[in-house]
Amino acid sequence: MKKIYLDHVATNPLHPEVLDAMMPYFKEHYGNPLSLYEPGMKAREAIENARVSTAELINAKAREIIFTASGAESNNFALKGIAYAFQNKGKHIIVSKVEHHSVLNSARFLEKQGFAVTYLPVDNYGLVNPSDVEKAITDETILISIIHASPEIGTIQPIAEISRIAKEKGIIVHTDSVASAGNIPVDVLELNVDLMTFAAHQFYGPKGAAALYVREGTRIVPLIYGGIQEGGRRAGTENVPAIVGMGKAAEITKRDLQKRIDHVTPLRDSIIGNTLKTDKVILTGHPEKRLPGHASFVVEYIEGEAMLLMLAAKGIYSASGSACSSKALKSSPVLISIGIPVHLAQGSVVFTLGEGTTGEDINYFNETFPQIISRLREISPYAKGWEETEAPACTAKK
Amino acid sequence: MYSEKVMDHFTNPRNVGEMEDADGIGAEGNPVCGDAMKIFIKVKDDVITDVKFQTFGCGAAIAVSSMVTEMAKGMTLDEALKITKSSLADALDGLPPQKMHCSNLGADALRKAIEDYKNKQGK
Repeated sequence: MKKIYLDHVATNPLHPEVLDAMMPYFKEHYGNPLSLYEPGMKAREAIENARVSTAELINAKAREIIFTASGAESNNFALKGIAYAFQNKGKHIIVSKVEHHSVLNSARFLEKQGFAVTYLPVDNYGLVNPSDVEKAITDETILISIIHASPEIGTIQPIAEISRIAKEKGIIVHTDSVASAGNIPVDVLELNVDLMTFAAHQFYGPKGAAALYVREGTRIVPLIYGGIQEGGRRAGTENVPAIVGMGKAAEITKRDLQKRIDHVTPLRDSIIGNTLKTDKVILTGHPEKRLPGHASFVVEYIEGEAMLLMLAAKGIYSASGSACSSKALKSSPVLISIGIPVHLAQGSVVFTLGEGTTGEDINYFNETFPQIISRLREISPYAKGWEETEAPACTAKK
Repeated sequence: MYSEKVMDHFTNPRNVGEMEDADGIGAEGNPVCGDAMKIFIKVKDDVITDVKFQTFGCGAAIAVSSMVTEMAKGMTLDEALKITKSSLADALDGLPPQKMHCSNLGADALRKAIEDYKNKQGK
């Protein structure tokens, strides 16, 4: 059976050149980068080279890159690190309602520590309105953290415009670029941000390697105390092979980015065009301001997890924001924030393409997906329309 | 995540569809919660002679629906009322714990269909 991976926003396969670059650091160059003899120095040198290419991907300086172990860690670091560094200046933070859980839950943690947090609404496309940011700013505001691109609905936020407003008031800006870095050009100077989160596995690097860009001169309190690794800002013996992999993946991505965009965009458009031919299917997220390889929908009258399983049975791997497909059994807050009613959010499905996706894959997908929709609608009691949907509480869940 | 039996009933659900001349109809759940099902029964001499279902929901919800229809067909009403969430889950070789309650609506929907039939009969 065909295997078609359309969940590149979850993670990506390792690029073969990246694996080749990593291998020596599992084998011969196993030294601790703090050691002063040759194997240690080799490892140290490899990390510093990786720092240069990782920085170049986002147009930063090498010394502005702090390596971490995940996007979630970088997001926690940015929010908590800035909050604690600037708490004497003010205790107000602004985020959006469509942030990743690692930002939202860090913000909630900070609320318990005495910080105030504003959760900005978004429009039906998932866009933050920069004038809402302006209105939310108070004398106490120390940090604005807005996601660059949504992994769930693909929408790309007007970060540069938000930064311009923040900078006029001297407020620090962080953006979570996990879903964007490696998929669209990301330039920290153009976006004018002070901090940026990005992760290697989103651009064919290894899992377990990510970074936080911290603009030179920006104070930040560490999450992890210990040795002098990462300039004392992130202690712990470095994951040398993973960092080397991130550097290599960044270098390849900088080289191939336009080619990747040109490759996935028409395939993504084909998925969107074809899928919307089916009745009662809605595109979620912005039609134009969206990630090039990202197609997300709500399919009425059927449920997301059932779609994923049916697709997987046909060799197509995808994602959903439905309650049933989440371990927590909660609908995606992003879908609710863009005004999708809860019963429709159950029909969420997300397809994300990568450099390995072929036209043949998409033809097969375009043939298969409408069949799965109609198969599940045959089973559904609502195929003729919603009814009795305003039933009260979900007692079955207790 | 799911047993082979769940996947079999999910990908090839038995007794799908609406029943025009049902003797009893039972509905349980709601799409806001993620799962909703409807069961239709045909009854003769206190025996369930035919069962159909329609389900909105995840793989587990569809598999449970299919299984309950297969089990109930040919049972007396009293026997059918003894089908429970756990006997359904057992028949499917188990369900993931988080699916045990929200998606396991088959027994409740069947009970409601039987009650509906009894009400219509004035029993």
